Amino acid sequence: MTILNILHSPWPWYIAGPVIGLMVPLLLILGNKSFGISSNLRHICAACFPADIPFFKYDWKKEIWNLVLVAGVVIGALITVSFFNNPDPIAINPKLVNDLEGAGINSFHSLAPTEIFSWAKLFTVKSLIMIVAGGFMVGFGTRYAGGCTSGHAIMGLSSFQWPSLVATICFMIGGFTVANLVIPYLLKL
Amino acid sequence: MLDATTNSVIKKQTDFEVSFDDSTGMNESTLRHKPWHNIKYLFAGMIFGMVLVKSEVVSWYRIQEMFRLQSFHMYGVIGSAIFTGMIGILLIKKFKVKTIYGEDIHIPKRKFSKGQIYGGLIFGFGWALTGACPGPLFALVGAGVSVMVIALISAVAGTWFYGKIREKLPH
Repeated sequence: MTILNILHSPWPWYIAGPVIGLMVPLLLILGNKSFGISSNLRHICAACFPADIPFFKYDWKKEIWNLVLVAGVVIGALITVSFFNNPDPIAINPKLVNDLEGAGINSFHSLAPTEIFSWAKLFTVKSLIMIVAGGFMVGFGTRYAGGCTSGHAIMGLSSFQWPSLVATICFMIGGFTVANLVIPYLLKL
Repeated sequence: MLDATTNSVIKKQTDFEVSFDDSTGMNESTLRHKPWHNIKYLFAGMIFGMVLVKSEVVSWYRIQEMFRLQSFHMYGVIGSAIFTGMIGILLIKKFKVKTIYGEDIHIPKRKFSKGQIYGGLIFGFGWALTGACPGPLFALVGAGVSVMVIALISAVAGTWFYGKIREKLPH
């Protein structure tokens, strides 16, 4: 019963963080692999739409391990919501709840607000900016920066690479700017 | 089947004149294994996907909370992940741990490029908007937020567009 309770309730940072961090030595020991997720977007381009672009002309089959890793992420997430779902609304800062409610967001049970992140709302200005443009920036930005939160912030910083520190600081500056100066107005559209 | 020489030729061609390391996740091993050896990465990915969901790192709300400095949660997750990874790497170096195939462990060096600034900022914008970095983007699709398939397709398009205009961008 207790174990089930633990599996169903959200995990605190001091459990989740170390497990994520263990991916770094685990992948190195399993086969000299550097932890990273965003490269998969490049492998998908290389495998499906190389279009004679030099950046996509490499042996992506050599990187299948990375695609297998990310397939595992999808399956792991599916198993988790199927069997160990948390039935309660997310316990976020009441101030954020208040702000979001003021902007017309009243759903706190899903992983993302259904007022924006749903098929029915996809063709609204808000959703197009947040899902389509946002996704594009994630793909463009991570490749331009040479990595994402896993490749730069976690793998790069834990191996003391200063370029990764630059990248991580810029991720955060970008995020702070949009979350505080753009999203509050965007939500009110 | 490629030997080490062919690999380095391909690497040079791929990363051509732009000299920065884009090899996150690139296979640095020259050993070749049967495809089923990859199954271990499926399990590693499953653990990662499970933790991303259980710790609510995939939650749009948690990301807004982080960027609005309204909670310690995400900083705790990322900070303790870096700390754990660091200890892991220090132990690997100190005890000269080898891979399960007996190879020396090699961590590719990152080179600085302006891309880490411009690209980093652009990714930051997208991270706040979607509430997801690439790992959670995949996890959200698995977790049933099916509309995130569109964000994922968009992200692939973004990467493709970067590849297309790469030579015109400052690096």
